[in-house]
Amino acid sequence: MLPQVPLPLLPPLLPLNLALSRLMRGIVARHPAILRRLGPHATARILLDVTDAPFPLLFEPARQRVSAHRRATLPTADAVIRGKLAAFLAMLHGGVDGDALFFSGALAISGDTAAVLALRNALDDAELDLSEELLALSGRAAPVLQPALALVARRTGLALSRQEGLA
Amino acid sequence: MMELVCPAGTPAALRAAVEAGAHAVYCGFADETNARNFPGLNFSRQEMAEAVAFAHARGAKVLVAINTFPRAGDQALWHRAVADAARAGADAVILADPGLLAFAAERHPGLRLHLSVQAAAANPDAINLYATAFGVRRVVLPRVLTVAEIAAINREVDVETEVFVFGGLCVMAEGRCSLSSWATGLSPNMNGVCSPASHVSYSDVQGQSEARLADWLIHRTAKGASVPYPTLCKGCFTSADGKGAVQTGHIFEDPVSLDATQLIPALQRAGVRALKIEGRQRSRAYVAQVVRAFRAAVEAAEAGAPMPESLLASLTEGQAATTGSYAKTWR
Amino acid sequence: MDLTVGANAFFWSAAAVRAFYAALAQTPVARVALGEWVCSKRLPFWQDEIPHAVDTLRAAGKEVVISSLTLITLPRERRQTAELAEMGLPVEINDLSVLRHLPDGAAFWVGPVVNVYNEGTLEWLARRGATRICLPPELPLASVARLAEAGRAAGVAVEVWGHGRAPLAISARCYHARLHDRAKDSCQFVCADDPDGRDVDTLDGRAFLTVNGVQTLGRAVTTVAHQIAELRAAGVSALRLSPHVGDFAGVVRAYAAALQGQTDLGADLAGLMPGATFCDGFLAGQAGAAMTGG
Repeated sequence: MLPQVPLPLLPPLLPLNLALSRLMRGIVARHPAILRRLGPHATARILLDVTDAPFPLLFEPARQRVSAHRRATLPTADAVIRGKLAAFLAMLHGGVDGDALFFSGALAISGDTAAVLALRNALDDAELDLSEELLALSGRAAPVLQPALALVARRTGLALSRQEGLA
Repeated sequence: MMELVCPAGTPAALRAAVEAGAHAVYCGFADETNARNFPGLNFSRQEMAEAVAFAHARGAKVLVAINTFPRAGDQALWHRAVADAARAGADAVILADPGLLAFAAERHPGLRLHLSVQAAAANPDAINLYATAFGVRRVVLPRVLTVAEIAAINREVDVETEVFVFGGLCVMAEGRCSLSSWATGLSPNMNGVCSPASHVSYSDVQGQSEARLADWLIHRTAKGASVPYPTLCKGCFTSADGKGAVQTGHIFEDPVSLDATQLIPALQRAGVRALKIEGRQRSRAYVAQVVRAFRAAVEAAEAGAPMPESLLASLTEGQAATTGSYAKTWR
Repeated sequence: MDLTVGANAFFWSAAAVRAFYAALAQTPVARVALGEWVCSKRLPFWQDEIPHAVDTLRAAGKEVVISSLTLITLPRERRQTAELAEMGLPVEINDLSVLRHLPDGAAFWVGPVVNVYNEGTLEWLARRGATRICLPPELPLASVARLAEAGRAAGVAVEVWGHGRAPLAISARCYHARLHDRAKDSCQFVCADDPDGRDVDTLDGRAFLTVNGVQTLGRAVTTVAHQIAELRAAGVSALRLSPHVGDFAGVVRAYAAALQGQTDLGADLAGLMPGATFCDGFLAGQAGAAMTGG
């Protein structure tokens, strides 16, 4: 679990934000349909409150920006999706159905439901693979993220790649 | 073998459905011409053409849903959708509006027409009317019918019948419901949405979770329990009888979903041509899992083998399932 | 623009029906549709009143048509529908399947629960013999205006839902019976207990919907009291008034007076239907339950 990762391996937030945003820009460039599907909801600020991670993530698709925030100073957001990291990753990678996660309470949403729906449909169609997206990164971002995520995958069994079909 | 007709809200879901064994996939354009006009969902014209090519290369069919009711003064939007579906090579279009059916029959005589469940054709007279007037080749039957009624219909009509076997149930006659526009101004018939996300809000009030549709309280649960999406007809309400008794609960329907797997052999004997899975708004994960399960069931029915036990509980709303109206006691 | 009174949606006693049509015959309504459009199980209890009501209304110079059911699924319902065409009156169809029972080219009306949303459908119905169409209550004014124009060109009178709790949904399942823990087949006719329908409120106490047997209606009473000028300008042929308990003849007279000249119809209705709330959102392109006028 991330909290067990020794602190020196966790970067301060600004470099992390730069790395995450670069990851996002790469994803958007490689999957242009995401922004098209978001349509008017691309300008929504959507907070992913990952409850078992040290920081929630704010997505601003139209600005192609992702930023991590400290819990003490949560940013304003149009919508919030709350849940454990495993649930988010499983949904992103097509391993578990998003509605099933909502029905069971594994994910909860508040705020602009239409924006969350647009994001969910856009990402589901994009068939993302975070590991692939990381490899596509060049420069300083990959060395920051890749070992941290590899450690996470090993320790937690979290889905960090696109899954073909459900368990 | 009965034809398995599967939902695809996105190109990724369509590919998942075809690879999971769908005989046919139904989908719509990204506008109000179909009844799943949700944010981020559906196909551009280009995506539709690519999807048809993908499906055809693997021996599957694509049916394009253009099943809302064209707006007066803006019929051209729906006419273009029919033309674009034909141009993309769709195997059929699924329509509900008589005016649009008349247009398609006249201007696209080679295009196969299916009658949407939105036309609420619930008896042989209705079905034969559409068959005679427009040359409709298949009808999607409303979910209000029993297996016996379906068998009786098949004896009296020449068109193929398609029956829902899995997914979210409409508790009212489809295509004839204005509950959503009563509360929000947006309806399935006019806008292709029901209980739209744009009018949904969740909140925590005094220790309870609430779900509202345009400020109408639809669900309330104890904090910590997940509160369902506020689909209007599945809400929790109260009703007083005027003599002092008050009923509180799901006045119109419990929020359960349909799973008619066990009735597939009976539906086959009743002459049903195609089985339909609901869920264009669901993920590619849902589609893959459900299609795989039902393809196995359809093959088992074809072989006269027993139906598999349903493994799909986690995907059904309310995590419980019903055979809907197909068993007689539902009324 | 004049007035049509539609078929009664509720389950009233034979005596109540008789009194209702006797009073209605004395009002300025131009035409009346009557018949059972909600639940076929009710018919045996009041259908003997139909010939008398028809005679009474015709003697008073009203045009009369007979309404079909909305949802026709059972074999006996199909037979009853076939018999409608043999009553010697024009039929108001509340389901397209009824067309199969009408002689080719026979004139018919189209009721408010048939989906006439656009010119193409209107023109198709006109070609089949429709002479009058009551539009779906959820249509906004812009659509109403285009359809009224298409109707004029096609020789079809176009009406709008002008007064009454709007029909929002129909089901094979009886939610009225369900409120009494019964199924439709063994309902014991509980809908007769609620001659204006049974209230459905939200958990936080807001008046929301009405259950009437297998039909679900709005709760606030839809009225076009503040939209008459726009409807007239749009070329609408008539307002469809839907029967309710109370001084309905008074309601009809209030609308007739409003059509003749400036009256405060909103105030008149509030006086005639104390305890009712009113709404007009559909025509204004908003939520049906909203009130924009007055």
